[in-house]
Amino acid sequence: MLDIYPLLYVCLGILFFLFYFHFSNFFLDKIDSNKEKIKFQNLNLRAFIFIAPALIVFLIFILYPVLETLRLSFYDKYGRDFVGLNNYLWAFRDPELRRGLLNNLGWLVVVPTLSTAFGLIIANLADKIWWGTIAKSIIFMPMAISFVGAGVIWKFIYDYRGPGDEQIGLLNAIIVSFGYEPQAWITIPIWNNLFLMAIMIWIQTGLALVIFSAALRGIPKETLEAARIDGASELKTFTAIIIPYLGPTILVIWTIITIVVLKIFDIVLAMTNGQWQTEVLANLMFDWMFRGGGDSGRGSVLALFIMIGVIPIMALNIYKHKQEQKI
Amino acid sequence: MNKISLSSVFSQLLLLFFVIIWLTPTFGLFISSLRDKDLLANSGWWTSLMTTQVNEIYRSEGIKAQIPENDQFLIKGNIFEDESNKKIISYGVTSKNINEFDIQQIGIFKDGTKIQLSEDGSYILTSSNEFKKKGKRIFVTVISPPKFTLNNYKEVLFNEGLGQAFINTLAVAIPSAIIPLIICSFFAYALTWMNFFGRDTLLALVIASLVVPLQMSLIPLLSIYNDIGAIIGVGAKSYPGVWMAHTGFGLASTTFLLRNFLKSLPKEMMEAAKVDGASHYDTFLRIILPLSIPAFASIFILQFLWCWNDLLVGLVFLDQVPSEIILSAKLRELLGSRGENWEILTTGAFISMTIPLLIFFSLQKYFIRGLVAGSVKG
Repeated sequence: MLDIYPLLYVCLGILFFLFYFHFSNFFLDKIDSNKEKIKFQNLNLRAFIFIAPALIVFLIFILYPVLETLRLSFYDKYGRDFVGLNNYLWAFRDPELRRGLLNNLGWLVVVPTLSTAFGLIIANLADKIWWGTIAKSIIFMPMAISFVGAGVIWKFIYDYRGPGDEQIGLLNAIIVSFGYEPQAWITIPIWNNLFLMAIMIWIQTGLALVIFSAALRGIPKETLEAARIDGASELKTFTAIIIPYLGPTILVIWTIITIVVLKIFDIVLAMTNGQWQTEVLANLMFDWMFRGGGDSGRGSVLALFIMIGVIPIMALNIYKHKQEQKI
Repeated sequence: MNKISLSSVFSQLLLLFFVIIWLTPTFGLFISSLRDKDLLANSGWWTSLMTTQVNEIYRSEGIKAQIPENDQFLIKGNIFEDESNKKIISYGVTSKNINEFDIQQIGIFKDGTKIQLSEDGSYILTSSNEFKKKGKRIFVTVISPPKFTLNNYKEVLFNEGLGQAFINTLAVAIPSAIIPLIICSFFAYALTWMNFFGRDTLLALVIASLVVPLQMSLIPLLSIYNDIGAIIGVGAKSYPGVWMAHTGFGLASTTFLLRNFLKSLPKEMMEAAKVDGASHYDTFLRIILPLSIPAFASIFILQFLWCWNDLLVGLVFLDQVPSEIILSAKLRELLGSRGENWEILTTGAFISMTIPLLIFFSLQKYFIRGLVAGSVKG
């Protein structure tokens, strides 16, 4: 039968932290109330109690690993011997990695662009229609699902049976009903990348949609009215008023989706595991972590590549976020 | 006027088009998970929504069931053994002409045996000679209405180990969402309202670490875990290990979001509490906590769903054994080993989606706020 032991564990894990904060602070309160004058000196101790767990986690799980990954990228597969730039030289010569980089680039161009475009169009349509809220809910729903779950959903759609058999995959059934040959979509090199990207677009459009609909509400009604009175068509209003107004929002959404896409891993692992030329950086890195007993040098170089891609976009994103906070 | 309504119709159609495209994949998965596994393997899920017309072959009972009556022999029975909603529209007695008789007509076999068949499958065979040991073949054309079953769910939850994976995922995701919330709320409070040495540097460092993708941490952390495991003599992979990994990866974004929230609270409130002699811990419990519930809810949902849907961390920091494997890892495993068993895959995927969809439909406000805010999560 089902084993519920893990769930008991859960309570212990959470209680541990609650007890820590409660009792350490409780004792400090006791000391404070006894000796009024030491209160000020205890402030640093109090701050320490507040920040200690987070600080420890930060040091062990973020700061140390970043430095260690940097170091490992110059060491051999076991992290023992210094090998200089060998891992980097390997990275620039490896055909698999080149394919991964190219594919990642493809993902970066296609997915954020189409997701943002669809999100913008749907937000505009839904804004004017009485059942728009329901439509938005439906399109946002894939955001809740895991990438692997989405992978299963779409693999079912791309399912392939021989030309004589009845197709149970929706895409092939449609193709066949129009009189074409069925295709094994996810094994056709280069094009199959587009079929994997479609999954990501399906997921991320919802995010773009929700942020756009919030932003649309910020456009002054008077401006739109004025445009309409002046006889501007729907399309003209859209291109001349709405798009310029949403400019900053478009940039924000684009950066958010770009970061997700840079780290794309689950979909590729679940759908093809990088076969048929669908390799991407994050999947290749996961592969090298365990391939042949694991190669920490090459894996670290790949991790660094991903980080180098993420840094400028994330920095832009945080900068924007901080600016908004100021206003 | 005419022009406006025309463009409105066009907008509605376009939106409907998008909605259908977005909804169909999930809907197809859901329907498939409720279908019989043989049907699922042989026909598209869309066919199960309509009543379908199919040709089937049955065999009547043989000599054992015959009853002598007057000078004749009779067999009474029903060709559908189980209860079924099938309806016969026509039938035949040879494979050459399977639609020979309408349902009201009496059919005659080559040897003179007569058959009276009803819509629900019950029949009476009449013959002047004794029947043979084997029954007679009857070819029927039936209409069967959509039929759904929960058998796949039973199978997948209890025999394929998805049920245990579900519990495991809860055991991973709940603490992985609550622990960062606890420690980061104190952290963010200290960073916002307390003065201590090095505060601004620490804050800058935490915000800067938002740019670090979690891939950077995997290799060093795995080797730390291996070392700790070797020292205290337990497996390197465990639940507390994965909780702390999720806590680490969520720390920067959770702190960042909470600090932004705390900073927006009025400063006068804190000062008033201080004047009244409340300690920082009292202030945190009595003033900050109640005010922060909505922010906590959004951040909790964001982090919980992130951990629930995560695959990478679960693959790296947990053993892929039944007592530890999480849903997404299990699904991925099934995609490899049971790639053609769509009844297992579709049902498994739907089970993994239940909790996210439940949260989505019940707490949509917090969900959206959390996801939008979560754009800073590395």
